[in-house]
Amino acid sequence: MADDHHGPTVRIYLAVFASLMFLTALTVWVAFQDLGMFNDVVALGIACTKATIVILFFMHVKYASRLTWLLAGAGILFLLILFAFAMADYVSRGWLGMPASHYLQ
Amino acid sequence: MAITEQDVQASEDAPSVNYLNNGYGLKSWLLTRDHKRIAVLYIISISIFFALGGLFASLVRFELMTPEGDLMSSDTYNKVFSMHGIIMVFFFLVPSIPATIGNFLVPIMVGAKDLAFPRVNLLSWYVYVVAGILGTIAVVGGGVDTGWTFYTPYSSTYSNSNVILAAMAAFMAGFSSILTGLNFVVTIHTMRAPGMTWFRLPLFVWSHYATSLIMLLGTPVIAITLVLLMLERGFGFGFFDPNLGGDPVLFQHLFWFYSHPAVYIMILPSMGVMSEMVAAVARKRVFGYEFVAFSSVAIAILGFLVWGHHMFVSSQSTYAGMVFSIITFLVAVPSAIKVFNWTATLYKGSIIYDTQMFYVYGYLGLFLVGGLTGLFLSSMGLDIHLHDTYFVVAHFHYIMVGGQVMGYMGGMHFWWPKITGKMYPDIWGRVSALLVFLGFNLTFFPQFILGYMGMPRRYHVYPDEFQVLNVASSLGASILALGYVIPGAYLTWSIFKGPKAPDNPWGAKGLEWETTSPPPTFNFEETPLVTEEAYQYGPIEEH
Repeated sequence: MADDHHGPTVRIYLAVFASLMFLTALTVWVAFQDLGMFNDVVALGIACTKATIVILFFMHVKYASRLTWLLAGAGILFLLILFAFAMADYVSRGWLGMPASHYLQ
Repeated sequence: MAITEQDVQASEDAPSVNYLNNGYGLKSWLLTRDHKRIAVLYIISISIFFALGGLFASLVRFELMTPEGDLMSSDTYNKVFSMHGIIMVFFFLVPSIPATIGNFLVPIMVGAKDLAFPRVNLLSWYVYVVAGILGTIAVVGGGVDTGWTFYTPYSSTYSNSNVILAAMAAFMAGFSSILTGLNFVVTIHTMRAPGMTWFRLPLFVWSHYATSLIMLLGTPVIAITLVLLMLERGFGFGFFDPNLGGDPVLFQHLFWFYSHPAVYIMILPSMGVMSEMVAAVARKRVFGYEFVAFSSVAIAILGFLVWGHHMFVSSQSTYAGMVFSIITFLVAVPSAIKVFNWTATLYKGSIIYDTQMFYVYGYLGLFLVGGLTGLFLSSMGLDIHLHDTYFVVAHFHYIMVGGQVMGYMGGMHFWWPKITGKMYPDIWGRVSALLVFLGFNLTFFPQFILGYMGMPRRYHVYPDEFQVLNVASSLGASILALGYVIPGAYLTWSIFKGPKAPDNPWGAKGLEWETTSPPPTFNFEETPLVTEEAYQYGPIEEH
């Protein structure tokens, strides 16, 4: 990449810090609102946004080589594999109508 | 292979300054950034933990000599097998080859002066040592009784032992291996010598690359899982407590997401050692180099998709179990590719019956049995009968000891002259390899039968009819222990009294054999230029 050797400026760091603080405050505020089925979605959405900002700027991935992007992407892919296979278990537990499955509903 | 006078002469003509005599003070070792010295530090550290883990194994086998629980109480027995597992897995098996032989050889094999991040490499050793001290404090302070798997809710709620301390030790040991894996990935990508293309890399490097990917992708998950466990135990968070909306089986998902691939962290480097030794003892290029290389990557990837086979008898859904079962059968394919290709490499090879060859044969036989019995356990129906029996114990010891430790021991013998600059008595090498093979089979084969007959693991009181096989197993363990003590003795002897090793005592191919024994601090006098494929062996020369 062209900007391989350029890192974030102090101004960007401050902007990132401010946005992380804002999102933290937002998380606390949202925790006191009842959004129904979106409670978890919103909380996780804010958390993922914060993680993305940290990865891109504080961990310099935005300014790194394509190989670094590949490895960071691999990490996210394998995290999705963890979620997908574990959720596949939880989702399909009741399908066979096992004797104890009503405990899991 | 015999050592010629010319070889010895050539070695004596070599530069006298090498990584071992380049500074003698304690500081020169404890603050070193030389990957070779750090590898030696790791060899000493993991040997201590191997001995400690072996001591706990001995206690287990002593207790199981009789059907009664007469040597120790049930609580003590729980702690003894738990500490055996925790020490062996986290402090010996995972770091054993990557942090020692891998640390020593990966930079040399790619033609580099050191790893990409020498300070991070030293840091990984210090993190490992601190983790080891924490683990030792957990042992001395009363031990831990959860088994190495730390299953909830026992570990989170009911156990009265040092769970948090032991989990913290495993957590830190994980960070040590992340640092090692990171160093390997960056080094292999960016520091290869001119001409060292990906398909000229020794298969040892390929297997370490695959291992490093697992370390980087999997270890953070076990780390955070252990943090969740500590939070649950310490502060009652409820991640794994159904009363608070959690699920104990979630712990098993998170734990095995790392801990099954961790088996491949243990076995893949050993496979790399095998590839190097098979080529050297058969004096042939490894058959199907590309297939063996990619099978390492395939094992690394598929290894992440099979963890549910540890959970067939938990409340895991049958459908998820089926998927995990099928993928588990698939992971046997790349493993089989390696075994078939090594065997094909031996076919019509100019085979040399030295110590390495004994370890190669031993590994092939034991890994084959370990791998095939894994297929028994990946069959969902059969696993209901065999789950948590001694069949499982026998299976994973065939992989972890029969496979991994055979590879480690074989590799130590193969590269010992390079690491220390000294030769060991080959006859003793062969005797001990034979003892390991015989002792190992006598220890663990009876356990397959015991498990099939229904003896559960982790119990020290058992029916009288199981005693004969348990005594046979304990007898085998004594022979196996002898097979490890003898190399400890003659390898130590060789450091002080052994004859000087030539640069390439086995006539092997690879950049590590082109530098001196032991290598200079920066590995090569000049950056090597690689002009040929790996393993370009010719016919054996007459000596």
